[in-house]
Amino acid sequence: MQKEYTVTVYTEDRIGITNRITIIFTRRGINITSLTTAETEIPGVYKFVITVMSTRELLDKVVGQIERLIEIHRAFVHEEDEVVYQELALYKISTKALHTAGDVEKLIRENNARILTITGDYFVIEKTGHQQELVDFIKKLEPYGLIEYTKSGRVAIVKWSRRFHEHLKELDKSVASY
Amino acid sequence: MKAEKEADKRLDVKPVITGAEALMRSLVAEGVETIFGYPGGAIMPIYDALYDFQDQVHHILVRHEQGATHAAQGYARSSGKVGVAFATSGPGATNLVTGLADAYMDSTPMVCITGQVAASLLGTDAFQETDVIGITMPITKWNIQVTKQEDIPAAIAKAFYIARSGRPGPVLVDITKNAQVGKCEFEYKKCEFIRSYQPIPELDNEAVTAAAALINSAKKPYIFCGHGVLIAGAENQLLELAEKAQIPVASTLLGLSAVPVDHPLYGGLLGMHGNYAPNMLTCECDLVIAVGMRFDDRVTGDVNTFVKQAKVIHIEIDAAEINKIIRADVAIHADAKTALEALNKLIMPARHDEWLKEFEVGHKKEYDKVQHRELYPETGEIKMAEAVRLISEKTKGEAILVTDVGQHQMIASRYYRFKNPNTNITSGGMGTMGFSVPAAMGAKMGAPEKEVVAVIGDGCFQMTLQELGTIYQSQIGVKMVILNNNFLGMVRQWQQLFFDKRYSSTEMTNPDFVQIAKGFFIPGKKVSAREDLSSAIDEMLATPGAYLLEIVVEKEDNVFPMVPAGAPVSSIRLE
Repeated sequence: MQKEYTVTVYTEDRIGITNRITIIFTRRGINITSLTTAETEIPGVYKFVITVMSTRELLDKVVGQIERLIEIHRAFVHEEDEVVYQELALYKISTKALHTAGDVEKLIRENNARILTITGDYFVIEKTGHQQELVDFIKKLEPYGLIEYTKSGRVAIVKWSRRFHEHLKELDKSVASY
Repeated sequence: MKAEKEADKRLDVKPVITGAEALMRSLVAEGVETIFGYPGGAIMPIYDALYDFQDQVHHILVRHEQGATHAAQGYARSSGKVGVAFATSGPGATNLVTGLADAYMDSTPMVCITGQVAASLLGTDAFQETDVIGITMPITKWNIQVTKQEDIPAAIAKAFYIARSGRPGPVLVDITKNAQVGKCEFEYKKCEFIRSYQPIPELDNEAVTAAAALINSAKKPYIFCGHGVLIAGAENQLLELAEKAQIPVASTLLGLSAVPVDHPLYGGLLGMHGNYAPNMLTCECDLVIAVGMRFDDRVTGDVNTFVKQAKVIHIEIDAAEINKIIRADVAIHADAKTALEALNKLIMPARHDEWLKEFEVGHKKEYDKVQHRELYPETGEIKMAEAVRLISEKTKGEAILVTDVGQHQMIASRYYRFKNPNTNITSGGMGTMGFSVPAAMGAKMGAPEKEVVAVIGDGCFQMTLQELGTIYQSQIGVKMVILNNNFLGMVRQWQQLFFDKRYSSTEMTNPDFVQIAKGFFIPGKKVSAREDLSSAIDEMLATPGAYLLEIVVEKEDNVFPMVPAGAPVSSIRLE
């Protein structure tokens, strides 16, 4: 039974690491639904948050193969309830919607979204949350003339990660080799 | 040149040299004595620097870059050192792919240096430019592109550290032309630590205790000896365990020669074309002690039925291999030698006479049904097995056996009576045809005092026969035996057994192999009659230097026993 999992990977800062990680998923025919990467609080250490559709059994093996890569510190698989996460979406709506009945402003307020920018032709709304809420919001905005929708990857913090983060702090003291 | 070097030493000044010279000095600092390579435009500055190091480094000019990689593999396996290969950019680099993939699957320590176009030309589809880093990412343990000359020494240090540590593997270093010619201050420091890489796991003593408990209480324990035992140099420790508790040992293909074939506890070869008893008895044991092996599908057959009735102890240095194919009841994530030394302290002496007898029964069955007629045929064409038996007897089981891929490989692996560790060199995980001629070349360079005998198929030989040129030019004394059945034998066997004898593109119209060898100024002989076989092998071994012996063997000989692909190992067929 396939379902969505979050895979987090801690890596060194090098060119080509994204490629090295993703080919391990590709070779097993696993679909990556989103990928985010950014530097952690430790300089020179990056964290990838990757969402995939797969099975737990397969991902446990994949994570072992990712960790085998030289520039990878650790990799983990997480169930949905093991992470605290957010995703961000931007919605571009025709400015005409603002001139008609004030509904759209109420919609924005009630859905914890906010207006990022307004121009003569369009305005952009930002909303943060989980995938389903963000997708549902599209349907609510469609009557107002949705021009474009884009969503970010996942940013996640693992609920139980204290021990590993202490290890990361140790890394900060050791020299990042070539 | 020399005076300058002396001056540098006196003044304690870091020399300012080109990147190419920095590369050479770095390789020398890593103990490199032999390089297999082929020059080209993008690697010319390196070859120019090499010219001044001829007294320190022996460069063997091959005839195809694939030959360089297999030679580097053979060299690494026979000497224990890191094999080194050079190639130019573009097609030179892409010709390394097969060898890199082979080394990756079989955990061979190797460093390949490729020339690359100048950094300013990267990504512009320049002459002989390819994304060799992208192409070789999945088939190397690590790779790196160096675009600045000052980065070369550290890259080489890291490459050698990674190639030889933990589970060894191939590393590729791609050096752009500008970095080869640019100058920098040179200082070399060996790499001893990479913070994201822990090649030597810390031994888990609880796991060792748990494993010992299982071994001490097992009624039918069984050791699977894999390549890791040889890589770790743990042959004595493995034998100590086996002898103390009287446990039978079976070998994977790459684990062959860790345990002498004549040892009373040696049960034989596991896997698709292994021995009957070791395969059948995987279904009878109550405990498997798997050391330095990865439960490859050639060994397990149908995974769903493999050792399901037994507890499994998996001693393995690569964490990704633990629980990848077979669930381990106790996993000891460690180097084989370290793990076995700790384990041996806790093992109680034991006897398992009844269990060992079951192996004898299986051996006799296989000997009567298969081996006797294979090894001692009295009529008909020469059989592959009898040729291998004679080679084994005449080399006393002490030669380094290099095999190619196919029926001859399985026959040679089954019937050569290995005496010493690290005397079996073959392409296991990748099964690369054409492996043996260049690998034998490399093996002889890595162990010149040993007799190196390559057993090759007629199809395989034609994949890399150009290396005969290397063998002649560099005067490498390898003995090459072609077992010629004028067929792609292993595929033909499958077509006979599973495809109704529809021999689709497996019949070979072969050239005159001895004539080809003569064309490369290598002596040789062809035999097809049984009465000529023994003296022909004697002549090959007595002739100094390289020699090619073509033995015409039975056309439609089949290799048995056989476990059909994907079938349970208990369905092993004797005919």
